[in-house]
Amino acid sequence: MSEKPKSLKDLPITIISRPMTGSAGETGFWRTFRPVVDRSKCTNCLLCWIFCPEGCIERGEGDVPTVNYTYCKGCGVCANECPVRAITMEREG
Amino acid sequence: MSQLIIDTGNHIAGYACKAAKADVIAAYPITPQSSVVEQIADFVEKGKMDAKYIRVESEHSAMAACIGAAAAGARTFTATSAHGLALMHEMLHWASAARLPIVMAVVNRAMGPGWNIWADFSDSLSQRDTGWIQFYCADNQEIFDTIIQAYRLCEDKRVRMPTMVCHEGLILSHTSMPVEIPDQKDIDEFLPPYDPPWILDVDKPVTHGSLIYPEWYMEFRYFMDEAMKNAKKLIPEIDKEYGRKFGREYRGYIERYRCDDADLVLLSMGTIGSEAKIAVDRLRRHGFKVGAARVRVFRPFPKEEIQNLAEGARMLTVIDRHISYGMEGPLFIEVKASLYGKEDGPLMTGLIAGLGGRDVTYLDIEKIAQKSLKHLEAGKVTKEVEWVGLRR
Repeated sequence: MSEKPKSLKDLPITIISRPMTGSAGETGFWRTFRPVVDRSKCTNCLLCWIFCPEGCIERGEGDVPTVNYTYCKGCGVCANECPVRAITMEREG
Repeated sequence: MSQLIIDTGNHIAGYACKAAKADVIAAYPITPQSSVVEQIADFVEKGKMDAKYIRVESEHSAMAACIGAAAAGARTFTATSAHGLALMHEMLHWASAARLPIVMAVVNRAMGPGWNIWADFSDSLSQRDTGWIQFYCADNQEIFDTIIQAYRLCEDKRVRMPTMVCHEGLILSHTSMPVEIPDQKDIDEFLPPYDPPWILDVDKPVTHGSLIYPEWYMEFRYFMDEAMKNAKKLIPEIDKEYGRKFGREYRGYIERYRCDDADLVLLSMGTIGSEAKIAVDRLRRHGFKVGAARVRVFRPFPKEEIQNLAEGARMLTVIDRHISYGMEGPLFIEVKASLYGKEDGPLMTGLIAGLGGRDVTYLDIEKIAQKSLKHLEAGKVTKEVEWVGLRR
């Protein structure tokens, strides 16, 4: 839901969610490991951008991938998929 | 023009699916259900039905496919029995909580082990709390009529809950009877196309069944209970309208047979209810005031109708084709709960009979009634629950 319901009347018949950013809050704080992109190794292939299950990798100027740390949960899929091992998972804190 | 055909309960369920113009059928075969979906596959293959027939690898997938199709706005149908229904259990909750009006024929069969393919309500009654409306039929015509009524009911915007239409394996599933198939034009008038409140659409994407926190979860469950209450009101109305259009109605919740002046009423579901009518006629010939009441709908449960039935009777004898281990027969439990707090209520006894397809004949029911009449004369029931014909 894009806006918080106030009463029963605001609710749909069943649980439906429409596309929006961060309906479950700022999920970045769930993270234990953070993906760090080594720009010197990155070939801008964008596989990380395709595979990120949460859409947290942004496609910047010249196809440079940037991680959105506000929402990235640190699942590590991007690091696993990177063909040149340009992404490492570093412990938070 | 309407057509009179002679066919098995399972094939008739297939005819009803065709008459309802289901768009998507996803099913997995299991005895004694298989010939329901064989009939539908035959219709689709021969081009007599414009539908997508999806073959799946399990009943869990069959229900999942129906859920996906219904969420995309299709009218869906499936059928199963016993272990197939048990395997669907998780998906049954998904269907009802997503408020998808899927109609499923359940061909009642005993749960194993020991392996048993015969009639027993243990499969569908075990699914009591999944949020599915449950009808129980007593002949092949009723199977057809109930499936048509079920679509009309569950697609109503006040309801939107999935529905099981149950009939007993082998007793009805493989027995041929004459059935009137109404004219398609009349069915189309009675059952307009499904108009979903939301659909899965790639151009306007939504997710259903996503995460919900404790602060709002209860409210959606409340909606489901309200929907069941709406169904409770609509079932007799739809049945009446069907009766006006097609000349057959089932008096809503309970088929009452010679109950008006009856001291003793025999309550049951499904085909035992038909058999009980013969027992009632025979006992009436000897001057006993006995009636039979067949409960057609188990969810929503006809609480008020049971109260009404109990007002005129001095004794209720409830026959269950299932046992809730450690308690009693499910129908008996619900009947007693419906009468809680009523003063001067009738005497009550519960019988467990016909499990795993053991025959319950009118002679058995007559014996049950005669025993109840003795209790009635004595003014008390010596044993609240008894197993009928149990070997000792």
